[in-house]
Amino acid sequence: MEISRDNNDIEISELDPFLAELLRQIPASASPDGEPAAEQRLFSSPANSKETELCAEWKTYVEPELRRLFQSATETVTEDLKQLNGNEKSLANRTLRIPAKHADAWLCALNQARLVIAAKNNFTESELGDHFRSPIGSRRDLSLFQINFYGFLQEFILRDLGD
Amino acid sequence: MSAMIDSLFEVRASYVSVSAMSREPRLEVECRAQSKETEGTTQVLDEAGSVTTADPTTETHSEEDLDLPWQVVVHNDPVNLMSYVTMVFQRVFGYPREKAERHMLEVHHKGRSVLWAGMREPAELYVQQLHGYLLLATLEKLS
Repeated sequence: MEISRDNNDIEISELDPFLAELLRQIPASASPDGEPAAEQRLFSSPANSKETELCAEWKTYVEPELRRLFQSATETVTEDLKQLNGNEKSLANRTLRIPAKHADAWLCALNQARLVIAAKNNFTESELGDHFRSPIGSRRDLSLFQINFYGFLQEFILRDLGD
Repeated sequence: MSAMIDSLFEVRASYVSVSAMSREPRLEVECRAQSKETEGTTQVLDEAGSVTTADPTTETHSEEDLDLPWQVVVHNDPVNLMSYVTMVFQRVFGYPREKAERHMLEVHHKGRSVLWAGMREPAELYVQQLHGYLLLATLEKLS
């Protein structure tokens, strides 16, 4: 896999089927799917529980806005990911181009996915710091790899935004 | 399978490389949000905190209650990248990179950092923006 910048867009080329599939899973991975821990992480409390009125107002007025914001980001990413569609049986490497104007949506969707995966798997801080664990072994190992891979993409996009 | 393993090694190598590069100083990113925080605000926080007399357990919002100083606190989160958190502080509060990094490191090492303090309404807006970036942020009434 290679990542480069081309006319301000980000181009991810030489994507093998495995990594392409991990990218395709971003929108699905970003969804809490009713999992309370994931839901709670994406929509965390704005104050301690004693502030009942504030928390109730937040749930009524702010949370729907946040849901729309997060949904909008994953929709943008879903559209971009259509570039990876094609013959699913083909083992040919793929290329994905992320327009510069979609960088924030990608950061948001990647972050949602990482947070949701971490919450669903209840990863410890030390597990999250293990960037070199093989994804081959268990579903949990693969999930950790997914978090690290998405984090790697975030780092690149952030570096790109900072340049 | 071998192609998969090859690709994994490539990704790992790239990860190390990009992580290392991310520690280098970067140019400032444009601050799109309002920049209301100044060094002076922190002084206001201290003065206001010392004269607060309202009962902090009250749950109604009188005029005086809304005028009490509130602080915007960001809590540690092992998933969010340090570079991402720094960028968010720069964007939301308009902090220069060095100051944003100081707060990020305070969150990382001490578990929390007070990013801003002042009136409740702007404090709420800041927390809303921080939640939009998926940071763990809360409003705390200064007592």
